[in-house]
Amino acid sequence: MTEKVKVTGLHKSFGKLDVLCGIDLCVNEGEVVCLIGPSGSGKSTLLRCLNRLEESTAGEIIVDGYRISDKKTNINNVRENIGMVFQQFNLFAHMTVIKNIMYAPVTLKKMSKEEAKTRAMELLQRVGLADKADAYPHQLSGGQKQRVAIARALAMNPDIMLFDEPTSALDPEMVGEVLQVMKELAADGMTMIVVTHEMGFAREVADRVIFMSDGVIVEEGAPEQIFDNPQADRTKEFLKCVL
Amino acid sequence: MHFDVVLKQAMPMLLEGLKVTIIVSLVSLFFGMLVGLLSCLLGLSKAKVLRAISAVYVWLIRGTPMIVQAFIVYYGVPIIVQQFSPNFIISETLAAVITLSLNAGAYLSEIFRSGIQAVDVGQIEASRSLGISSGRTMMAIVLPQAFKITIPSIVNQFIITVKDTSILSVISLAELCNQAKQYSASTYLFFETYILVGVFYLAVISVLMLLSKFVEKKVSYDRKG
Repeated sequence: MTEKVKVTGLHKSFGKLDVLCGIDLCVNEGEVVCLIGPSGSGKSTLLRCLNRLEESTAGEIIVDGYRISDKKTNINNVRENIGMVFQQFNLFAHMTVIKNIMYAPVTLKKMSKEEAKTRAMELLQRVGLADKADAYPHQLSGGQKQRVAIARALAMNPDIMLFDEPTSALDPEMVGEVLQVMKELAADGMTMIVVTHEMGFAREVADRVIFMSDGVIVEEGAPEQIFDNPQADRTKEFLKCVL
Repeated sequence: MHFDVVLKQAMPMLLEGLKVTIIVSLVSLFFGMLVGLLSCLLGLSKAKVLRAISAVYVWLIRGTPMIVQAFIVYYGVPIIVQQFSPNFIISETLAAVITLSLNAGAYLSEIFRSGIQAVDVGQIEASRSLGISSGRTMMAIVLPQAFKITIPSIVNQFIITVKDTSILSVISLAELCNQAKQYSASTYLFFETYILVGVFYLAVISVLMLLSKFVEKKVSYDRKG
Protein backbone atom coordinates (compact mmCIF):
# COMPACT_ATOMS: atom_id res chain seq x y z
CA MET A 1 0.00 0.00 0.00
CA THR A 2 1.34 3.39 -0.94
CA GLU A 3 1.01 6.23 1.48
CA LYS A 4 -0.98 9.01 -0.13
CA VAL A 5 -0.99 11.38 2.81
CA LYS A 6 1.49 11.59 5.62
CA VAL A 7 1.17 14.25 8.28
CA THR A 8 3.68 14.53 11.11
CA GLY A 9 3.49 16.85 14.10
CA LEU A 10 1.16 19.32 12.40
CA HIS A 11 0.45 22.50 14.32
CA LYS A 12 -1.77 25.33 13.16
CA SER A 13 -2.63 28.47 15.03
CA PHE A 14 -4.64 31.53 14.08
CA GLY A 15 -2.93 34.26 16.06
CA LYS A 16 -3.00 33.09 19.65
CA LEU A 17 -5.60 30.43 19.02
CA ASP A 18 -4.12 26.95 18.61
CA VAL A 19 -6.42 25.01 16.31
CA LEU A 20 -4.26 21.98 15.60
CA CYS A 21 -1.89 20.81 18.30
CA GLY A 22 0.29 18.07 16.91
CA ILE A 23 -1.50 15.90 14.38
CA ASP A 24 -0.03 12.68 13.01
CA LEU A 25 -1.95 11.07 10.21
CA CYS A 26 -1.35 8.50 7.51
CA VAL A 27 -3.73 7.70 4.70
CA ASN A 28 -3.09 4.87 2.28
CA GLU A 29 -4.05 4.67 -1.35
CA GLY A 30 -7.69 3.73 -1.78
CA GLU A 31 -8.49 4.30 1.85
CA VAL A 32 -11.60 6.18 2.96
CA VAL A 33 -11.02 8.11 6.17
CA CYS A 34 -13.78 9.97 7.96
CA LEU A 35 -12.95 12.78 10.38
CA ILE A 36 -15.58 13.29 13.03
CA GLY A 37 -15.74 15.46 16.12
CA PRO A 38 -17.40 18.50 17.63
CA SER A 39 -17.39 21.92 15.95
CA GLY A 40 -14.13 23.76 16.46
CA SER A 41 -12.17 20.57 16.94
CA GLY A 42 -9.96 21.37 13.93
CA LYS A 43 -11.28 18.79 11.43
CA SER A 44 -11.84 21.28 8.62
CA THR A 45 -8.60 23.10 9.35
CA LEU A 46 -6.70 19.80 9.12
CA LEU A 47 -8.36 19.07 5.78
CA ARG A 48 -7.60 22.55 4.46
CA CYS A 49 -3.95 22.23 5.47
CA LEU A 50 -3.66 19.19 3.21
CA ASN A 51 -3.95 21.33 0.05
CA ARG A 52 -2.56 24.44 1.69
CA LEU A 53 -5.77 26.43 1.71
CA GLU A 54 -4.45 27.02 5.21
CA GLU A 55 -0.72 27.41 5.80
CA SER A 56 0.51 25.08 8.50
CA THR A 57 2.35 26.67 11.42
CA ALA A 58 4.66 23.74 12.13
CA GLY A 59 5.05 20.11 11.19
CA GLU A 60 5.29 18.24 7.93
CA ILE A 61 2.61 17.40 5.38
CA ILE A 62 3.33 15.13 2.46
CA VAL A 63 0.59 14.49 -0.08
CA ASP A 64 1.15 12.37 -3.16
CA GLY A 65 4.89 12.61 -2.57
CA TYR A 66 4.88 16.41 -2.50
CA ARG A 67 5.96 18.26 0.60
CA ILE A 68 2.97 20.59 1.06
CA SER A 69 4.43 22.13 4.20
CA ASP A 70 7.48 23.29 2.24
CA LYS A 71 6.87 26.83 0.93
CA LYS A 72 9.05 26.09 -2.11
CA THR A 73 6.71 23.37 -3.34
CA ASN A 74 4.67 24.60 -6.32
CA ILE A 75 1.30 24.17 -4.74
CA ASN A 76 -0.64 24.54 -7.99
CA ASN A 77 0.93 21.37 -9.39
CA VAL A 78 -0.01 19.39 -6.31
CA ARG A 79 -3.53 20.75 -6.17
CA GLU A 80 -4.22 19.39 -9.64
CA ASN A 81 -4.15 15.94 -8.04
CA ILE A 82 -6.17 16.81 -4.97
CA GLY A 83 -9.88 17.34 -5.52
CA MET A 84 -11.76 19.32 -2.93
CA VAL A 85 -15.47 19.54 -2.22
CA PHE A 86 -16.75 22.34 0.02
CA GLN A 87 -19.63 22.64 2.42
CA GLN A 88 -20.99 25.64 0.48
CA PHE A 89 -20.45 23.96 -2.94
CA ASN A 90 -18.70 27.08 -4.31
CA LEU A 91 -19.76 26.46 -7.89
CA PHE A 92 -18.65 29.32 -10.11
CA ALA A 93 -21.80 31.40 -10.18
CA HIS A 94 -21.19 32.98 -13.58
CA MET A 95 -20.62 29.70 -15.43
CA THR A 96 -22.99 27.00 -16.54
CA VAL A 97 -22.68 23.55 -15.00
CA ILE A 98 -20.64 22.17 -17.87
CA LYS A 99 -18.35 25.22 -17.94
CA ASN A 100 -17.75 24.75 -14.22
CA ILE A 101 -16.52 21.23 -14.88
CA MET A 102 -14.50 22.12 -17.97
CA TYR A 103 -12.86 25.16 -16.36
CA ALA A 104 -9.81 23.60 -14.71
CA PRO A 105 -8.83 21.06 -17.40
CA VAL A 106 -9.16 23.69 -20.14
CA THR A 107 -7.51 26.55 -18.22
CA LEU A 108 -4.59 24.33 -17.26
CA LYS A 109 -4.40 22.96 -20.81
CA LYS A 110 -4.81 19.38 -19.63
CA MET A 111 -7.45 18.73 -22.26
CA SER A 112 -8.73 20.35 -25.42
CA LYS A 113 -12.16 21.93 -25.21
CA GLU A 114 -13.76 18.95 -26.93
CA GLU A 115 -12.06 16.41 -24.69
CA ALA A 116 -13.00 18.40 -21.61
CA LYS A 117 -16.60 18.58 -22.78
CA THR A 118 -16.80 14.84 -23.39
CA ARG A 119 -15.24 14.19 -20.01
CA ALA A 120 -17.59 16.66 -18.33
CA MET A 121 -20.62 14.94 -19.86
CA GLU A 122 -19.32 11.57 -18.65
CA LEU A 123 -18.96 12.95 -15.16
CA LEU A 124 -22.40 14.54 -15.23
CA GLN A 125 -23.81 11.19 -16.34
CA ARG A 126 -22.04 9.58 -13.44
CA VAL A 127 -23.55 11.97 -10.88
CA GLY A 128 -26.92 11.75 -12.62
CA LEU A 129 -27.14 15.32 -13.89
CA ALA A 130 -26.51 15.07 -17.63
CA ASP A 131 -29.69 17.05 -18.29
CA LYS A 132 -28.39 20.01 -16.26
CA ALA A 133 -25.28 20.67 -18.36
CA ASP A 134 -26.44 24.09 -19.52
CA ALA A 135 -28.08 25.21 -16.30
CA TYR A 136 -26.57 27.88 -14.08
CA PRO A 137 -25.78 26.97 -10.46
CA HIS A 138 -28.64 29.10 -9.07
CA GLN A 139 -31.10 26.93 -10.99
CA LEU A 140 -30.04 23.78 -9.12
CA SER A 141 -31.02 22.41 -5.74
CA GLY A 142 -28.38 22.08 -3.04
CA GLY A 143 -27.93 18.37 -3.63
CA GLN A 144 -27.55 18.90 -7.36
CA LYS A 145 -25.01 21.68 -6.77
CA GLN A 146 -22.93 19.43 -4.58
CA ARG A 147 -23.01 16.61 -7.11
CA VAL A 148 -21.81 19.06 -9.78
CA ALA A 149 -19.08 20.22 -7.39
CA ILE A 150 -17.95 16.61 -7.04
CA ALA A 151 -17.94 16.21 -10.82
CA ARG A 152 -15.91 19.42 -11.11
CA ALA A 153 -13.32 18.13 -8.67
CA LEU A 154 -13.15 14.81 -10.54
CA ALA A 155 -12.57 16.51 -13.89
CA MET A 156 -8.87 16.85 -13.14
CA ASN A 157 -8.63 13.10 -12.44
CA PRO A 158 -7.34 13.61 -8.91
CA ASP A 159 -5.70 10.88 -6.85
CA ILE A 160 -7.22 12.10 -3.64
CA MET A 161 -10.53 13.71 -2.79
CA LEU A 162 -11.05 15.94 0.22
CA PHE A 163 -14.62 16.51 1.40
CA ASP A 164 -15.26 19.34 3.85
CA GLU A 165 -18.67 18.64 5.41
CA PRO A 166 -20.21 18.04 1.99
CA THR A 167 -23.74 17.49 3.26
CA SER A 168 -23.91 19.98 6.13
CA ALA A 169 -25.51 22.75 4.07
CA LEU A 170 -28.13 20.47 2.50
CA ASP A 171 -31.78 19.95 3.23
CA PRO A 172 -32.17 16.52 4.84
CA GLU A 173 -33.87 14.93 1.83
CA MET A 174 -30.91 15.83 -0.40
CA VAL A 175 -28.22 14.35 1.78
CA GLY A 176 -28.80 10.86 0.39
CA GLU A 177 -28.14 11.68 -3.24
CA VAL A 178 -24.77 13.25 -2.41
CA LEU A 179 -23.72 10.43 -0.10
CA GLN A 180 -24.69 7.94 -2.83
CA VAL A 181 -22.26 9.58 -5.25
CA MET A 182 -19.56 9.52 -2.59
CA LYS A 183 -20.21 5.85 -1.87
CA GLU A 184 -19.79 4.99 -5.53
CA LEU A 185 -16.57 6.95 -5.61
CA ALA A 186 -15.28 5.06 -2.60
CA ALA A 187 -16.27 1.76 -4.20
CA ASP A 188 -14.23 2.74 -7.27
CA GLY A 189 -11.16 2.90 -5.06
CA MET A 190 -10.72 6.65 -4.66
CA THR A 191 -8.62 7.80 -1.75
CA MET A 192 -10.97 9.97 0.30
CA ILE A 193 -10.73 12.09 3.42
CA VAL A 194 -14.15 13.18 4.56
CA VAL A 195 -15.00 15.62 7.33
CA THR A 196 -18.56 14.72 8.19
CA HIS A 197 -21.35 14.70 10.70
CA GLU A 198 -23.05 11.81 8.88
CA MET A 199 -22.28 9.01 11.29
CA GLY A 200 -24.26 6.52 9.19
CA PHE A 201 -22.06 7.26 6.19
CA ALA A 202 -18.89 7.04 8.26
CA ARG A 203 -19.94 3.67 9.67
CA GLU A 204 -20.92 2.25 6.31
CA VAL A 205 -18.24 3.61 3.99
CA ALA A 206 -15.17 4.52 6.00
CA ASP A 207 -12.22 2.19 6.33
CA ARG A 208 -11.13 4.22 9.30
CA VAL A 209 -12.79 6.79 11.52
CA ILE A 210 -10.81 9.47 13.29
CA PHE A 211 -12.32 11.31 16.24
CA MET A 212 -10.85 14.75 16.83
CA SER A 213 -11.38 17.15 19.68
CA ASP A 214 -9.60 20.38 20.67
CA GLY A 215 -7.02 20.11 17.91
CA VAL A 216 -5.82 16.60 18.60
CA ILE A 217 -6.73 13.14 17.37
CA VAL A 218 -8.37 11.53 20.39
CA GLU A 219 -9.07 8.14 18.94
CA GLU A 220 -8.99 6.35 15.62
CA GLY A 221 -9.86 2.96 14.30
CA ALA A 222 -12.27 0.90 12.25
CA PRO A 223 -15.83 2.28 12.30
CA GLU A 224 -17.19 -0.61 14.40
CA GLN A 225 -14.49 -0.03 16.95
CA ILE A 226 -15.08 3.72 17.24
CA PHE A 227 -18.86 3.60 17.16
CA ASP A 228 -19.51 0.42 19.13
CA ASN A 229 -16.63 0.32 21.50
CA PRO A 230 -15.07 3.76 21.96
CA GLN A 231 -12.24 3.88 24.47
CA ALA A 232 -11.76 7.56 25.33
CA ASP A 233 -14.30 9.36 27.53
CA ARG A 234 -14.34 12.32 25.15
CA THR A 235 -15.34 10.01 22.29
CA LYS A 236 -18.07 8.34 24.31
CA GLU A 237 -19.46 11.71 25.32
CA PHE A 238 -19.53 12.96 21.72
CA LEU A 239 -21.10 9.82 20.33
CA LYS A 240 -23.76 9.84 23.01
CA CYS A 241 -24.84 13.25 21.71
CA VAL A 242 -24.82 12.48 18.00
CA LEU A 243 -25.92 8.87 17.67
CA MET B 1 -40.97 82.31 -24.44
CA HIS B 2 -38.50 82.27 -27.27
CA PHE B 3 -37.69 78.61 -27.70
CA ASP B 4 -37.97 78.99 -31.45
CA VAL B 5 -35.31 81.71 -31.43
CA VAL B 6 -32.96 79.73 -29.21
CA LEU B 7 -33.46 76.58 -31.24
CA LYS B 8 -32.61 78.42 -34.41
CA GLN B 9 -29.75 80.61 -33.18
CA ALA B 10 -28.08 78.58 -30.49
CA MET B 11 -28.53 75.03 -31.76
CA PRO B 12 -25.27 74.86 -33.72
CA MET B 13 -23.10 76.07 -30.86
CA LEU B 14 -24.97 73.99 -28.28
CA LEU B 15 -24.55 70.88 -30.43
CA GLU B 16 -20.88 71.76 -30.74
CA GLY B 17 -20.71 71.93 -26.96
CA LEU B 18 -22.61 68.67 -26.60
CA LYS B 19 -20.08 67.02 -28.90
CA VAL B 20 -17.21 68.24 -26.70
CA THR B 21 -19.02 67.06 -23.58
CA ILE B 22 -19.60 63.59 -25.02
CA ILE B 23 -16.12 63.14 -26.47
CA VAL B 24 -14.31 64.43 -23.38
CA SER B 25 -16.51 62.24 -21.16
CA LEU B 26 -15.94 59.10 -23.22
CA VAL B 27 -12.18 59.55 -23.45
CA SER B 28 -11.93 60.39 -19.75
CA LEU B 29 -14.05 57.41 -18.76
CA PHE B 30 -11.89 55.12 -20.87
CA PHE B 31 -8.72 56.30 -19.15
CA GLY B 32 -10.55 56.56 -15.84
CA MET B 33 -11.44 52.85 -16.06
CA LEU B 34 -7.80 51.96 -16.77
CA VAL B 35 -6.49 54.17 -13.97
CA GLY B 36 -9.19 52.87 -11.65
CA LEU B 37 -8.44 49.22 -12.37
CA LEU B 38 -4.71 49.82 -11.96
CA SER B 39 -5.19 51.69 -8.69
CA CYS B 40 -7.56 49.01 -7.45
CA LEU B 41 -5.11 46.20 -8.21
CA LEU B 42 -2.29 48.19 -6.58
CA GLY B 43 -4.54 48.63 -3.57
CA LEU B 44 -5.07 44.88 -3.30
CA SER B 45 -1.41 44.01 -3.81
CA LYS B 46 0.73 42.40 -1.13
CA ALA B 47 3.43 45.11 -1.36
CA LYS B 48 2.94 47.91 1.13
CA VAL B 49 4.43 50.57 -1.17
CA LEU B 50 1.98 49.78 -3.97
CA ARG B 51 -0.95 49.81 -1.57
CA ALA B 52 0.23 53.18 -0.25
CA ILE B 53 0.45 54.67 -3.75
CA SER B 54 -3.14 53.68 -4.43
CA ALA B 55 -4.34 54.92 -1.04
CA VAL B 56 -2.65 58.33 -1.36
CA TYR B 57 -3.97 58.80 -4.90
CA VAL B 58 -7.56 58.04 -3.88
CA TRP B 59 -7.18 60.20 -0.77
CA LEU B 60 -5.89 63.23 -2.70
CA ILE B 61 -8.58 63.06 -5.36
CA ARG B 62 -11.48 62.38 -3.03
CA GLY B 63 -10.25 64.94 -0.55
CA THR B 64 -10.15 67.91 -2.93
CA PRO B 65 -12.82 69.49 -5.14
CA MET B 66 -12.49 68.87 -8.84
CA ILE B 67 -12.39 72.58 -9.56
CA VAL B 68 -9.15 72.80 -7.57
CA GLN B 69 -7.74 69.77 -9.41
CA ALA B 70 -8.64 71.37 -12.74
CA PHE B 71 -6.91 74.64 -11.82
CA ILE B 72 -3.79 72.76 -10.70
CA VAL B 73 -3.64 70.73 -13.91
CA TYR B 74 -4.43 73.64 -16.24
CA TYR B 75 -2.71 76.59 -14.57
CA GLY B 76 -0.37 75.12 -11.95
CA VAL B 77 1.39 72.25 -13.66
CA PRO B 78 2.43 74.25 -16.78
CA ILE B 79 4.20 76.82 -14.57
CA ILE B 80 6.31 74.09 -13.01
CA VAL B 81 7.00 72.33 -16.31
CA GLN B 82 7.91 75.62 -18.01
CA GLN B 83 10.90 75.89 -15.67
CA PHE B 84 12.42 73.02 -17.61
CA SER B 85 10.72 73.39 -20.96
CA PRO B 86 9.72 77.02 -21.51
CA ASN B 87 7.43 76.39 -24.48
CA PHE B 88 5.22 73.93 -22.67
CA ILE B 89 1.51 74.62 -22.82
CA ILE B 90 -1.44 72.39 -22.12
CA SER B 91 -4.69 72.62 -24.07
CA GLU B 92 -7.91 72.93 -22.12
CA THR B 93 -9.14 69.69 -23.67
CA LEU B 94 -6.09 67.75 -22.52
CA ALA B 95 -6.27 69.33 -19.07
CA ALA B 96 -9.95 68.45 -18.90
CA VAL B 97 -9.33 64.84 -19.90
CA ILE B 98 -6.51 64.47 -17.37
CA THR B 99 -8.59 66.00 -14.57
CA LEU B 100 -11.68 63.93 -15.31
CA SER B 101 -9.71 60.70 -15.79
CA LEU B 102 -7.86 61.09 -12.52
CA ASN B 103 -11.08 61.99 -10.80
CA ALA B 104 -13.18 59.15 -12.19
CA GLY B 105 -10.23 56.78 -11.71
CA ALA B 106 -10.13 57.37 -7.97
CA TYR B 107 -13.83 56.72 -7.49
CA LEU B 108 -13.82 53.74 -9.87
CA SER B 109 -10.85 52.33 -7.98
CA GLU B 110 -12.95 52.22 -4.83
CA ILE B 111 -15.92 50.81 -6.73
CA PHE B 112 -13.80 48.02 -8.24
CA ARG B 113 -12.22 47.25 -4.87
CA SER B 114 -15.58 46.91 -3.18
CA GLY B 115 -16.77 44.68 -6.04
CA ILE B 116 -13.76 42.41 -5.85
CA GLN B 117 -14.09 42.11 -2.11
CA ALA B 118 -17.78 41.33 -2.46
CA VAL B 119 -17.03 38.16 -4.43
CA ASP B 120 -17.45 35.18 -2.11
CA VAL B 121 -14.07 33.92 -0.93
CA GLY B 122 -15.35 30.37 -1.55
CA GLN B 123 -15.25 31.11 -5.30
CA ILE B 124 -11.55 31.87 -5.02
CA GLU B 125 -10.85 28.81 -2.86
CA ALA B 126 -12.68 26.56 -5.31
CA SER B 127 -10.57 27.84 -8.18
CA ARG B 128 -7.30 27.70 -6.25
CA SER B 129 -8.06 24.18 -5.01
CA LEU B 130 -8.24 23.03 -8.64
CA GLY B 131 -4.64 24.16 -9.15
CA ILE B 132 -5.38 27.49 -10.86
CA SER B 133 -2.96 30.33 -10.04
CA SER B 134 -4.15 33.40 -8.18
CA GLY B 135 -3.68 35.64 -11.24
CA ARG B 136 -5.84 33.44 -13.43
CA THR B 137 -8.40 33.07 -10.68
CA MET B 138 -8.59 36.85 -10.57
CA MET B 139 -9.15 37.12 -14.32
CA ALA B 140 -11.49 34.17 -14.83
CA ILE B 141 -13.49 34.02 -11.60
CA VAL B 142 -13.21 37.19 -9.54
CA LEU B 143 -13.25 40.04 -12.06
CA PRO B 144 -16.25 38.81 -14.09
CA GLN B 145 -18.30 38.45 -10.93
CA ALA B 146 -17.04 41.72 -9.46
CA PHE B 147 -17.90 43.48 -12.70
CA LYS B 148 -21.46 42.27 -12.54
CA ILE B 149 -21.85 43.34 -8.93
CA THR B 150 -20.51 46.82 -9.66
CA ILE B 151 -22.27 47.69 -12.94
CA PRO B 152 -24.80 49.98 -11.22
CA SER B 153 -22.04 51.84 -9.37
CA ILE B 154 -19.89 52.07 -12.49
CA VAL B 155 -22.78 53.54 -14.46
CA ASN B 156 -23.44 55.94 -11.63
CA GLN B 157 -19.84 57.14 -11.86
CA PHE B 158 -20.22 57.48 -15.64
CA ILE B 159 -23.23 59.72 -15.10
CA ILE B 160 -21.38 61.83 -12.56
CA THR B 161 -18.43 62.23 -14.92
CA VAL B 162 -20.66 63.33 -17.80
CA LYS B 163 -22.23 65.98 -15.60
CA ASP B 164 -18.91 66.99 -14.03
CA THR B 165 -17.64 67.89 -17.47
CA SER B 166 -19.54 71.14 -16.94
CA ILE B 167 -17.14 72.06 -14.14
CA LEU B 168 -14.37 72.20 -16.71
CA SER B 169 -15.97 75.33 -18.15
CA VAL B 170 -13.83 77.10 -15.51
CA ILE B 171 -10.76 76.29 -17.59
CA SER B 172 -12.72 77.43 -20.66
CA LEU B 173 -13.37 74.02 -22.11
CA ALA B 174 -15.98 74.67 -24.80
CA GLU B 175 -18.40 72.05 -23.49
CA LEU B 176 -22.18 72.28 -23.37
CA CYS B 177 -22.57 74.54 -20.32
CA ASN B 178 -19.85 76.87 -21.43
CA GLN B 179 -21.47 77.30 -24.84
CA ALA B 180 -24.80 77.95 -23.18
CA LYS B 181 -23.22 80.55 -20.94
CA GLN B 182 -21.75 82.38 -23.93
CA TYR B 183 -25.04 82.40 -25.78
CA SER B 184 -27.34 83.31 -22.93
CA ALA B 185 -25.06 86.09 -21.66
CA SER B 186 -25.37 87.90 -24.96
CA THR B 187 -29.08 87.28 -25.51
CA TYR B 188 -30.47 87.11 -21.97
CA LEU B 189 -32.50 84.05 -23.02
CA PHE B 190 -31.39 82.21 -19.89
CA PHE B 191 -34.55 80.22 -19.27
CA GLU B 192 -34.94 78.80 -22.76
CA THR B 193 -31.23 78.11 -23.20
CA TYR B 194 -30.75 76.24 -19.96
CA ILE B 195 -33.97 74.26 -20.36
CA LEU B 196 -32.57 73.08 -23.67
CA VAL B 197 -29.21 72.30 -22.06
CA GLY B 198 -31.01 70.30 -19.40
CA VAL B 199 -32.82 68.32 -22.09
CA PHE B 200 -29.48 67.54 -23.76
CA TYR B 201 -27.98 66.22 -20.53
CA LEU B 202 -31.13 64.22 -19.84
CA ALA B 203 -30.93 62.65 -23.27
CA VAL B 204 -27.27 61.65 -22.92
CA ILE B 205 -27.74 60.22 -19.46
CA SER B 206 -30.91 58.38 -20.44
CA VAL B 207 -28.91 56.65 -23.16
CA LEU B 208 -26.31 55.70 -20.56
CA MET B 209 -28.98 54.27 -18.29
CA LEU B 210 -30.51 52.24 -21.11
CA LEU B 211 -27.08 50.96 -21.99
CA SER B 212 -26.47 49.91 -18.40
CA LYS B 213 -29.79 48.04 -18.30
CA PHE B 214 -28.76 46.25 -21.45
CA VAL B 215 -25.32 45.31 -20.13
CA GLU B 216 -26.76 44.22 -16.80
CA LYS B 217 -29.17 41.91 -18.58
CA LYS B 218 -26.42 40.62 -20.82
CA VAL B 219 -24.18 39.54 -17.96
CA SER B 220 -26.89 38.43 -15.56
CA TYR B 221 -26.66 34.79 -14.57
CA ASP B 222 -28.43 34.57 -11.25
CA ARG B 223 -31.89 35.76 -12.14
CA LYS B 224 -34.60 33.23 -12.76
CA GLY B 225 -35.84 32.79 -16.28
